[in-house]
Amino acid sequence: METPVIQVRELTKKFGHFTAVDHISFDVHQGEIFGFLGANGAGKTTAMRMICGLLTPTSGKVDVLGLNIATQTDAVKRQIGYMSQKFSLYDGLTVRENVTFYGGIYGMGKDQLKLKIAELAEKLGLEDKIDHQVSSLPLGWKQKLAFLVAIQHDPKVVFLDEPTGGVDPITRRQFWELIYEAAERGITVFVTTHYMDEAEYCDRVCIMVDGSVAALDRPENLRHKMGKETMHEVFYQLARAAQRQE
Amino acid sequence: MTDKLKLGCMEKLISRAPAVKIQQLRKTYENDTVLAIKGLDLTVGSGELLALIGPDGAGKTSLFRILATLILPDGGQVEVLSYDVVKDFQSLRLITGYMPGRFALYQDLTVLENLSFFATVFNTSIEANYDIIRDIYVQLEPFKHRRASQLSGGMKQKLALCCTLVHKPSILLLDEPTTGVDPVSRQEFWDILDKLKADGMTMIVSTPYMDEARRCDRIAMMNRGELLDISTPEALIDGFGKPLYAIQSDRMFALLQDLRKYPVTDTCFAFGEAHHVTFKKSIQVDDLRGYLQMQGHHHVDIAQIQPTVEDCFMDQLAS
Repeated sequence: METPVIQVRELTKKFGHFTAVDHISFDVHQGEIFGFLGANGAGKTTAMRMICGLLTPTSGKVDVLGLNIATQTDAVKRQIGYMSQKFSLYDGLTVRENVTFYGGIYGMGKDQLKLKIAELAEKLGLEDKIDHQVSSLPLGWKQKLAFLVAIQHDPKVVFLDEPTGGVDPITRRQFWELIYEAAERGITVFVTTHYMDEAEYCDRVCIMVDGSVAALDRPENLRHKMGKETMHEVFYQLARAAQRQE
Repeated sequence: MTDKLKLGCMEKLISRAPAVKIQQLRKTYENDTVLAIKGLDLTVGSGELLALIGPDGAGKTSLFRILATLILPDGGQVEVLSYDVVKDFQSLRLITGYMPGRFALYQDLTVLENLSFFATVFNTSIEANYDIIRDIYVQLEPFKHRRASQLSGGMKQKLALCCTLVHKPSILLLDEPTTGVDPVSRQEFWDILDKLKADGMTMIVSTPYMDEARRCDRIAMMNRGELLDISTPEALIDGFGKPLYAIQSDRMFALLQDLRKYPVTDTCFAFGEAHHVTFKKSIQVDDLRGYLQMQGHHHVDIAQIQPTVEDCFMDQLAS
């Protein structure tokens, strides 16, 4: 079997006496959409930040694309994309300036950027807004734009932290179609969400409870195994069993 | 008439009077170039729980801010609990609880300090109105000395609601209180709202979660500054007016694209484990199944289903 794109082994993070992430291990495979779920405070964001090299683990190991995230951080970062929970583009810059800025960070050339900007504008129907400040765009468009910017350097893996929080039902679906397209192109997608219908769009989901992995499988397998109709019920049963206080 | 009787009559009258009366409300920004609300008419009953839904830019937050007397309307009449939002803003603020969309508490104050602060601003104390906040406060109490910035998303929202209630308001305006909150905490948050409703609180709540809208007395759907529809969840669903199908196969993303290419498909959206589809005219299920199998789909499952509030939302906005 081919090497997993992400290999997490016994990953742990302690803040003082509090163990936010407690010895978690799992693999993420090439081209899959991997859903990372959990209640607020279950340790999702902490785990995700360690996996993409933004936070140093207390112990354990993460390999991304066969590289050790702790010692080969820069090499990993060049090949991954990240979209944070909070909107990650610069509001005061135009669409073009944002794309150019992020492209510059990833070392994209002028010609390549020109192509990207045209492609991105067409995909979002933003042709006439390309020189408008990002602050003037509706939230839904901003989120879609932030996603396309996060994958504009053609990363092998993209990490999305609650990309559809507060987004209306139609825009949410448009966003997921962008995710599907990226996955079809072979980009591995690691995504967190609080919408349980979105959990169904993932190839596999990992549900964190109290800093540990409580379940990891294909959504339909989880539903069948636990005798539930929907992922909402699956999640509810697992997350409600949480013991730790915030 | 005795005083007691008079009081009884008054109470009845007040309970019958609408809590919110909006007529021809207009709000514009940037020198009239951006129309946020265009001639909105809306009445909310006393004790009603109203859901406000709509895409970004629909005008929901502008409406909240006008009702909370934080911004002025450019036209029309708005009365909340018989007070005019422009003339009587001072009286109105004393009886309104407004929870803005962004977490608006002091991150560097503790849970208890935030609560005391909001109580003091309204010239009251936590103890004086403890009965109304008790159910939420007991959940917060273990962390009362923790800074607000150190709380999880669900707890932050419970604290914000607690601060919104501490002066015992008569109407609650909650702007997306559960955005970013996990399903278990959302459930707990709505259980609290149910209790407030049972005590007669009037509430207007905006939400991107259609399962939450389903729990309200009525749902107001806004788009581009206008009210598209206002009705009970049951009436909204009854009004869907066409057959809706849930369709699954072994290749769900390809299925979405293939269904959209099917000549009589009207709308097709991903809906969790199945895609929800409507057609321009009535279809033969076997024809559709045959078409999908030709496209290489296996385990094709087609079932006619009851629409949900989310289906209605998508349908209204797609048209």
